[in-house]
Amino acid sequence: MSDLLLDARGISVVFGGLTAVNSVDFQIAKGAIVALIGPNGAGKTTFFNVLTGLYEPTSGTVEFDGEQITARPPHKIAAGGMARTFQNIRLFGAMTAAENVMVAMHPHMHSGVLSTVLRTPKQRREEAEAKATAKELLEFVGIGGCDEEFAKNLPYGDQRRLEVARALALRPKLLLLDEPTAGMNPQESAAFTAFVHRVRDERHVTVLLIEHDMKVVMGTAERITVLEYGAKIAEGTPAEIRSNQRVIEAYLGKAATEGAA
Amino acid sequence: MLEHLKEIWARDPKQSKIALGVIAVLIAVLLPHFGVTDNDGILPLFTVVLCAVYALFALGLNIVVGFAGLLDLGYVAFFLFGAYAAAWFMSDFADSLNIHILDTAAATVHGIHLSFWFVVILAGVIAALAGVIIGAPTLRLKSDYLALVTLGFGEILPEVFRNAEKFTNGTKGIGPVDSVGTGPLAVLPGIDKTIAPSDYIAKYYVILLFCALFVWISIKLRDGRLGRAWMAIREDELAASLMGVPLMQTKLWSYAVGALAGGVGGAFYATIVGTVNVDSFTFAFSIIILCSVILGGMGNVWGAILGGIVITWFNYTGLVWIGTKFNDIAGTHVDLVKYQFGFFGLVLVLMMLFRPEGFIPAARSKQVKKADALAEGAAQ
Repeated sequence: MSDLLLDARGISVVFGGLTAVNSVDFQIAKGAIVALIGPNGAGKTTFFNVLTGLYEPTSGTVEFDGEQITARPPHKIAAGGMARTFQNIRLFGAMTAAENVMVAMHPHMHSGVLSTVLRTPKQRREEAEAKATAKELLEFVGIGGCDEEFAKNLPYGDQRRLEVARALALRPKLLLLDEPTAGMNPQESAAFTAFVHRVRDERHVTVLLIEHDMKVVMGTAERITVLEYGAKIAEGTPAEIRSNQRVIEAYLGKAATEGAA
Repeated sequence: MLEHLKEIWARDPKQSKIALGVIAVLIAVLLPHFGVTDNDGILPLFTVVLCAVYALFALGLNIVVGFAGLLDLGYVAFFLFGAYAAAWFMSDFADSLNIHILDTAAATVHGIHLSFWFVVILAGVIAALAGVIIGAPTLRLKSDYLALVTLGFGEILPEVFRNAEKFTNGTKGIGPVDSVGTGPLAVLPGIDKTIAPSDYIAKYYVILLFCALFVWISIKLRDGRLGRAWMAIREDELAASLMGVPLMQTKLWSYAVGALAGGVGGAFYATIVGTVNVDSFTFAFSIIILCSVILGGMGNVWGAILGGIVITWFNYTGLVWIGTKFNDIAGTHVDLVKYQFGFFGLVLVLMMLFRPEGFIPAARSKQVKKADALAEGAAQ
């Protein structure tokens, strides 16, 4: 077994005449924290959608944890250990925080229709365990005690946290975060940087994030990949990316590098 | 009075719920004893029985529409399969055969005659299978498209049954369908082996049993793994699939469980009406059940029951009764029944205007609505 958790090769996605992702090679080592950056419309979210099975790539293959997952249905990829959050929060609004988290335990639970209707001891135990796990996950992301709150009623920041808790309930090997700090203030973003490290270190989850806040990117990611117009234009450590002339021109801009340096 | 009740409810919601539950059970059990045998009163027994049957249908459709959020306009298909299951296995239709198993028909009558209690299971299974077969190709569609295709199925199936005379007797229908037997209960004193055609009280208790069973099934599934997956699909299908919920399988289960109630209700309906005729299976049936669910409160088990009862009572008794009373007092000759669908439309419009969440909204929609109101208040 290699140390690669994710190995995407030659991924292209073409919508009609538009090439959203253009033969991108992309690898993630087990246990890494990796960031995907680039200007708006560079194809970052499209790339996420390929990894999670929402889009079938026009060409290319995705290998995840040693298995081919190209064109596998999303729920199977999710069950296999790939979880994600969304750029625009997509919680189950009329369900409680605990229920939201428990939905993502679906692939790991076994109760069927009959055992649920008959309330077998095994089913009741499984439900109780799921509830306890949900409670524990909500505490882990910092919104303990709001189990019974409806997702829609939670404040914005808590909704973002709930999305992470829900994704973690899948027991992922790889967690994809799509602009997790969008709408957060600087303090919240700083706290989030520490939180990403906790997720990796305490939960042993590899993390890939799309992020625009360079402070967060430089503070969390060990490796960075830059996309522009669907193509990979650079890859490397934060220090390398920061001094890469191409990236500065395409995305970071002069002021940003001066500020960050 | 209402304020006082609200106060009591706020003081101890749990106890109040129990009290309400006890009252509901008492009403359900005692209801037929207030019924009258002739058909002109406010509560004819036949209507009482029908109300319970339609409540069962509404419970079934509530799983599909209310829990999983799949707009199904062809629920009549499951009613049809249930009714024909009873027609095939509880009548002299297959008169080349002579099979009697714990049935209520005379041994000299040819045909397949199985006990109602077997047939009701069989009908449920057949309807559930039909649900899966209809669902497999259609459930890939979303919202409006699904509604259209299910509507198509609901229209096509009765046509197929109308023309497949060899299997259905076409428009002549199949009958008489055997009565419900009492099985082992017959050893008790005062209970006959067969429920007499006119014994609507006993029939009511039979269908009440199935309603209770289905309330239990609905609530337990709703609160379990499958129910959460249904609701997740209703809330956000894409997010649900990315959280590991297999969409097709989960949707098919909602169809199968919903269809089960349709099949059971259909088989029972066939025994109380006595004949199964293809003309009973109309698009209007699907709409009436859907209206019951919407009127009662989508996703709420008790709402679906109440919706089914209210609409059925109006359809079979209420309009006639109100019309007669009105004519007596005003000295006119208005036939209210003619305006049935007009009233239907009016009630639906009024509901959508003033109480879109139904008589008894699901606890969730109440909560979320409160949050919306708060957010609106904060924004202003």
